[in-house]
Amino acid sequence: MPDGVHAPGITTGRLPKEQIEANFGDLHPPLSPHEAAVAADRCYFCHDAPCVAACPTEIDIPLFIRQIQAGNPKGAARTILSQNILGGMCARVCPTETLCEADCVRNTAEERPVEIGRLQRFATDTLMAGNEHPFTRAAPTGRRVAVVGAGPAGLACAHRLAMHGHDVTIFEARDKPGGLNEFGIAAYKTVDGFAAREVDWLLQIGGITVRTGQRLGDGLTLEALLGSHDAVFLGVGLGGVHALGIPGEDLPGVRDAVDFIADLRQARDLSALPVGRDVVVIGGGMTAVDAAVQSKLLGAENVTIAYRRGREEMPASRYEQDLAASKGVRLMFNVRPTRILGDGAVQGVELEYTDTSGGRVEGTGEHVTLVADQVLKAIGQTLDGAPEGVEVTGGKIAVTGAGRTSRDRVWAGGDCVAGGEDLTVTAVTQGRDAAEDIHASLTA
Amino acid sequence: MADLTTEFLGIRSPNPFWLASAPPTDKEYNVRRAFEAGWGGVVWKTLGEEGPPVVNVNGPRYGVIHGPDRRVLGLNNIELITDRPLEMNLEEIARVKADYPDRAVIVSLMVPCEEQAWKRILPRVAETGADGIELNFGCPHGMSERGMGSAVGQVPEYIEMVTRWCKENYDRPVIVKLTPNITDIRYPARAAKNGGADAVSLINTVSSITSVNLDTFSPEPSIDGKGSHGGYCGPAVKPIALNMVAEIARDPETAGLPISGIGGVTTWRDAAEFMALGAGTVQVCTAAMTYGFKVVQEMVSGLSDWMDAKGYASVSDFVGRAVPNVTDWQYLNLNYVAKARIDQDKCIKCGRCYAACEDTSHQAILMKEDRVFEVDDSECVACNLCVDVCPVEGCIDMVRLQPGEVDPRTGRVVEAEYGNWTTHPNNPMARAAE
Repeated sequence: MPDGVHAPGITTGRLPKEQIEANFGDLHPPLSPHEAAVAADRCYFCHDAPCVAACPTEIDIPLFIRQIQAGNPKGAARTILSQNILGGMCARVCPTETLCEADCVRNTAEERPVEIGRLQRFATDTLMAGNEHPFTRAAPTGRRVAVVGAGPAGLACAHRLAMHGHDVTIFEARDKPGGLNEFGIAAYKTVDGFAAREVDWLLQIGGITVRTGQRLGDGLTLEALLGSHDAVFLGVGLGGVHALGIPGEDLPGVRDAVDFIADLRQARDLSALPVGRDVVVIGGGMTAVDAAVQSKLLGAENVTIAYRRGREEMPASRYEQDLAASKGVRLMFNVRPTRILGDGAVQGVELEYTDTSGGRVEGTGEHVTLVADQVLKAIGQTLDGAPEGVEVTGGKIAVTGAGRTSRDRVWAGGDCVAGGEDLTVTAVTQGRDAAEDIHASLTA
Repeated sequence: MADLTTEFLGIRSPNPFWLASAPPTDKEYNVRRAFEAGWGGVVWKTLGEEGPPVVNVNGPRYGVIHGPDRRVLGLNNIELITDRPLEMNLEEIARVKADYPDRAVIVSLMVPCEEQAWKRILPRVAETGADGIELNFGCPHGMSERGMGSAVGQVPEYIEMVTRWCKENYDRPVIVKLTPNITDIRYPARAAKNGGADAVSLINTVSSITSVNLDTFSPEPSIDGKGSHGGYCGPAVKPIALNMVAEIARDPETAGLPISGIGGVTTWRDAAEFMALGAGTVQVCTAAMTYGFKVVQEMVSGLSDWMDAKGYASVSDFVGRAVPNVTDWQYLNLNYVAKARIDQDKCIKCGRCYAACEDTSHQAILMKEDRVFEVDDSECVACNLCVDVCPVEGCIDMVRLQPGEVDPRTGRVVEAEYGNWTTHPNNPMARAAE
């Protein structure tokens, strides 16, 4: 039997431990002060800057970069964090290539934007290195708000409410806070336990209690929360996953990509994580790319992303596609799975070519079979049970304005609401804006 | 390739690029390397009297102003004249000149304001075979406290007196280096000419404090917590220097007096600008101190290529050509009317023109949908601020309205005739047109 990278099945030991650790190093190492100075000098300080308009949290990017230029990175961090309390994480995980950096005017003449994301990380890292919390809490108001879910939306909401002096209790289903920052997102984007450190730093504002192991619908009801709190914010994310609905889906070796990533993120020793020799990832979003790239970094020999539409329609950005390709992941477009093959365990995936020229995904009847010992499903997540009495539209919580649900005194934000973009930065915006709206209604 | 050979006061050099009297020319080792790199001449760092040499501080001598990417825009120094023995310098000058007969070697001098002091040193310099001397009446720090340098350069009578002593006791060209730390550069220039100077060189450094350390509250460069004003040079002082050169070139009392231009020359273009305003040679220091001697190669090729493109066979073809175009404000043509024009193909939509015009000028740029910036001719006074702040070269131009067109701002027809303030109806002193 071959071993190492050629070993069949889902196993450990494909790469030396040191190699795996090196593979999972920081994707974009932090800028040194010199690099930051050089990068900051490229900002033109545009009027009514397009990058700001492109940022869901509307961080004043020209101002914070000018603060870096002027030798005041902590001031820059305050500018960032006043709009986006998870500015440290967003600096790492935002698809800046489709947001702020996509609209940088430097692209027009040079096709190379100012490195806004890395500069944001430089500023926030500088502030957080001193474990300083730049905000202070207003005098307690005596108002109590329940936040359900300690992901980006819930944390942003809780922090803003706490700043305004309200008492916040966060109810988190998992055993630790952070949401997708902690359990999702590729490890190489947020190394050294940053997600957990950021939560600890955020909680320094005071006035926030985090209760873990508290799942809505599992002994915890919205009705009870409304009885004991003045307002409730739902930032529950998407706990369910779509099924493929094809033969062979239950074979050992088939699992949800989000679970694979969560295991990986929580692993103390990455070399103890088993991975297949031939991995096929079904899907086309960031989760698909994160799962595929990390499989490759763990030592899988062949990793393929199978996406049912064309490249241009792929939700993962071109940058993410290129990242995957650069790590050796094969990208297949216009293919959909029709059967998972295997006897007792996955041995292959049968794919059908598709035609999407008419807008819909139509099978062409032509098939191809890939060898596979591991199949990761990344075809989207679903709301895992809507709280009682809250209107749902298109499978997500319906909201109006700054996250107001159909129920009085209940707000919602993040991936669980309709209209979200499944981005950390969008979740932060929605949590923050809901907090301001809750604050306004509590003090009206 | 154009011939860059320069003849200045009868002194020939293969190009007009000389190294100024400064640290790069303090010793034989440096000057030989400079000549090997291609410099046309040097002004040897200022010599003082025989005897124990001056001493320098033993801490930082330089302060700096940086532009983006730590590009040196301005340099400040508190270094004094040479701190090496006179005899050592003289021997080295003689050796270098003998080995490089085709290069200009000028010796900068600064001794007390006594005729005997000058009579003692001048024959010694003559023996070296150097091509001429430059009188350092400019350094604003240290030596000026001892009655030398800019202390002389700030008193036209002293300039004239010392220049005359030198002309009487030295038979080669005498260049007087002027300090900019005065109110009107024409007075010291006239004094130099009256004293018999063969040429003036300018500018020397500008008195300056480059920065203050906000932890120690000491000026920089800081010596044990204290700072002293130094002399400022580099690209930042070029506009000051160009104006002073032009003032001397167009002053009827000094017109035609040869000038060696100094002040922030960094590229061939800077040199050409000084020369167009009347400088026969240029002297360089900060560019060499920032990038090393090799920068002269860019200067030589750039000037030569520009001359070829313009059809100038020798530098004398263009020296002084900009002087007639330097005039007083009152003679500027008030019938010249221009408007800003934004090239939408070059525009990167940064909006800096808009911010500048809207906040600080004439509200003449409109920000339209999709960040399209357009000029409102009915408000544009053609101030040029938008051109100046635009990060893209050639994106915004000032385009002249043709005679007969109506200026939407004033509603007046643009006149073809030249008309200036002296004849303008708003001028109470206006002379009637005749």
